[in-house]
Amino acid sequence: MENPEILLSLRNLGVVYDTAQGPVHAVSNIDLDLRKNEVFGIAGESGCGKSTLIKSLLRLLADNGRTTADKCTYKGRDLLQMDHETFRKEVLWQEMSLVPQSAMASFNPVYRVGDQIVESMQAHKSISRAEAIDRAESLFDVVGLEPGLLRSYPHEFSGGMRQRAMIAMALSLDPGLIIMDEPTTGLDVLVQERILRRIREIRSELESSIILITHDIAVIAEMSDRIAIMYGGEFMEQAPTLDLFEKSYHPYTLGLKNAFPSIESLGTELISIPGSPPTLIGELQACPFSARCPFNGELCATENPALIEVSPDHLVRCAYHEKAPEFEKRAKEKSTWLC
Amino acid sequence: MALLELDRLTRHFELSPGFIGRHILHKPNSHIKAVEQLSVSLNEGEILGIAGESGCGKSTTCTMLSGLLSPSGGDIRFKGQSILDLNAQEMKEYRRSVQMIFQDPYESLNPRFRILDIVAEGPRALALWDEEEIIQRSLSMLSSVGLPPQKYAERFPHELSGGERQRVGIASALVMEPEVIIADEPLSMLDVSIRAGILDLMRNMQENRGFASIYVSHDLSILGNVADRLLVMYLGQAMEIGPAQEVIRNPKHPYTKALISAVAMPDPTKRRDPPNIRGELSQPIDPPPGCRFAPRCPYADKSCNDVFVEMNMDDVSSHQVACHRLKDIFND
Amino acid sequence: MSDTFIVIGAKAIKRGFVEHYEIINSNVLSRFGFWVIVFFTLVAIFAPLIAPYDPWEMTYDSDGNFAALRPPSWEFPLGTTHLGYDLFSQLILATRTTLLIGIVSGFISIFIGANVGLIAGYYGGKIDEVLMRITDVLYGMPFLPFIIVLIALFGRELEFIILAIVLIIWRTSARVIRAQAMSIKQRQFIQMAKARGASDLRIIYRHILPNVLPLLLLYASFNIAWSIITEASASFLGFGDGETISWGGMLYELWLSGKTRVAWWWFASPSICIILLVTSLVFVSRAYEEVANPRLRRR
Repeated sequence: MENPEILLSLRNLGVVYDTAQGPVHAVSNIDLDLRKNEVFGIAGESGCGKSTLIKSLLRLLADNGRTTADKCTYKGRDLLQMDHETFRKEVLWQEMSLVPQSAMASFNPVYRVGDQIVESMQAHKSISRAEAIDRAESLFDVVGLEPGLLRSYPHEFSGGMRQRAMIAMALSLDPGLIIMDEPTTGLDVLVQERILRRIREIRSELESSIILITHDIAVIAEMSDRIAIMYGGEFMEQAPTLDLFEKSYHPYTLGLKNAFPSIESLGTELISIPGSPPTLIGELQACPFSARCPFNGELCATENPALIEVSPDHLVRCAYHEKAPEFEKRAKEKSTWLC
Repeated sequence: MALLELDRLTRHFELSPGFIGRHILHKPNSHIKAVEQLSVSLNEGEILGIAGESGCGKSTTCTMLSGLLSPSGGDIRFKGQSILDLNAQEMKEYRRSVQMIFQDPYESLNPRFRILDIVAEGPRALALWDEEEIIQRSLSMLSSVGLPPQKYAERFPHELSGGERQRVGIASALVMEPEVIIADEPLSMLDVSIRAGILDLMRNMQENRGFASIYVSHDLSILGNVADRLLVMYLGQAMEIGPAQEVIRNPKHPYTKALISAVAMPDPTKRRDPPNIRGELSQPIDPPPGCRFAPRCPYADKSCNDVFVEMNMDDVSSHQVACHRLKDIFND
Repeated sequence: MSDTFIVIGAKAIKRGFVEHYEIINSNVLSRFGFWVIVFFTLVAIFAPLIAPYDPWEMTYDSDGNFAALRPPSWEFPLGTTHLGYDLFSQLILATRTTLLIGIVSGFISIFIGANVGLIAGYYGGKIDEVLMRITDVLYGMPFLPFIIVLIALFGRELEFIILAIVLIIWRTSARVIRAQAMSIKQRQFIQMAKARGASDLRIIYRHILPNVLPLLLLYASFNIAWSIITEASASFLGFGDGETISWGGMLYELWLSGKTRVAWWWFASPSICIILLVTSLVFVSRAYEEVANPRLRRR
């Protein structure tokens, strides 16, 4: 029976793009049980497949992309089998909405912001214009913008204000799930702080869950309840936030932690991970991180390990996860990473 | 003597209110006062970090320092000589000595040039050496930045990753053997996991070749890690300057304090207080006189509109703050 | 070290050829167009060797009769004119003239257009204004009266025809290249070149030009096509070169003879050739356009 506490349930979700160079497995083997009222962070760098994952969930994939999954349900309803009309009328924006990266490109410069928000509401639900405007005004209040700004044009907004307007638009139909794709990247420090603080504040008022996708480990640490580390289209490690930072198992996670400077510990040496992300053409028969992993072993090149639970709610995809304590020590030394 | 001196450097841009605004509504021109009376010096071998948010003037300052934009007021002196009145030959000398590394590795390389040509372009444009020597030096510079020439010299930029492209940018700046490198947000468009590598490269290069650098960034964590001294700017004015780790651990200016407290930390156990600051960041268009931070400062009073404290650029070791009310604030 | 240099240089040239080969081969139409152009070029080069008769030679058939206004046959594959001139020979020799005028006009016009565009686009300000005013004036200039005046003043010489065509055709490429130069000028790698010490001229020709090249080649192709059409039009109206024959000139002769309704073979061959060559040039241009504007590329 479907657990009523689970909002979005994914099993073995994968996305393949058909390209001239062959099939690109942009996303593979994604298992996820998103709970109600939770902030689930997905951390990953460019090329890890996070954008593809979002597009797949919202049915925004390009023509040459195909989604496959053993299970893909939202509130118990099968998303994969759903036809487009039902998806558009019942799920998109009303149940799942998106705060996209770079809000600049998302607003049409020739229409007022308020009109665009109202229009997006009316496209997915039959409400009157007056009701929509009312709702938009209260949403602007929620995100900390003056309701009068609804009558302004996008170019009159600063970057931070546009992003907040985008969040308001995503909240407009009270969705159960909001996907935020790099919500504060490119914004100034103080603006970012304010927006993240606001999101935390309204969380308790809303009952929505949030999937927060970013490459910024600091943002994810501050905002998420649970975190998944994504690399090469797959989840490498997944755990509640505190657990993940206290004890990491996957070499990539260890590498990321090394690479991220903290304003608290100024003198620590930063260590980078040599190499670049894999191209993901053709089905992978090995661990996607093996080429860059300093702890590369025999098993790593021959099979793609499965996600294993190493402690309650803490999953790792590594054939050598038992050696994690040793890896953790060695990862702190720079020489380990210089291959 | 300092290597590079910025003496009350100022840059204003005029904005016309448009045809109707000017001729029919008789509106005056508005002014973007991007950089205002900035005084700071750079010494041999040091890394000066410049931190600030958008609109603070850090990029405009870089553009002026690299000779691509002339100041509206004030002076820039290199080894004691002003660069504002140089003739063509002297300008070439300056260009060779002061080089820039750009932010966007995807845009800063000419897509039609091979990597070798990109690195060799500077020496060729300034005719520093003969062609054979230029190629020799370019190839060895590629090697020094971690791009083996056999593999990379003949490639085109679109075949390289972001990190590799940034290394090419660094190589093309360093091949000129400059004395000062100005780096404008060199890491912000790179993946986190490779930033440290590029940072390391820059640090090693600096240690080996002994140039000074100005490092501009909005990322305080990186600046704290890299810079010797740190300058904090807001809307074109210098707010605070001092030894980098000192400024970050012990910020004195209300703006710096707010900035530091706003930086997110990759540690979920730490909770931060909200930064002590009001209002929104604005543009430096027709700003009020005096301290430009006053409208957002929780401690501001009327005197802040009349006074602006200028930094002493000759004092390179102490921690200076552009706030005349510090004593009062600390007593509050 | 110099060996490396030579090797690198040679590889670059080979790479250049490979690049163009790939562009032209990228689709069926441009491949077809390319070979048509090659075919006509070969015909033009070897024209005197291929043409059996002189274009103004009154021919006689195997029976000794004056071969006037004959439809296509084994003896005269494309038929003859009312004065017995062999159309096959005429066509071959006309190919030479047409192609010559087309290519020369095309290249000169793109040379002028590109330089004007680059300089106006890069410098902006007064220089740009002056150059654009000149272009605008020429936009206003009607082609036909202009060529009539030129011919009337100076005679039906090949040089003046080329001159007239060039003066009309260079304007469009100038505008377009100027626009692109202006946009490239803003890009960061140009800032970087300036910071590295490159002079203005170096930036225009070493840095901006290679980036404008795809567009330039596209317009070179177009210009050649337009030149050919313009020349054909001018010749058809009687303003062609007096001494040699071109495809348009053949049509002019036909019209003069009054036999248009009767001698279908006479207007078929030059018309088909004009259409074929111009379309081929356009197909090849489209292939370059996909490089110039990557968004047109198929996945």
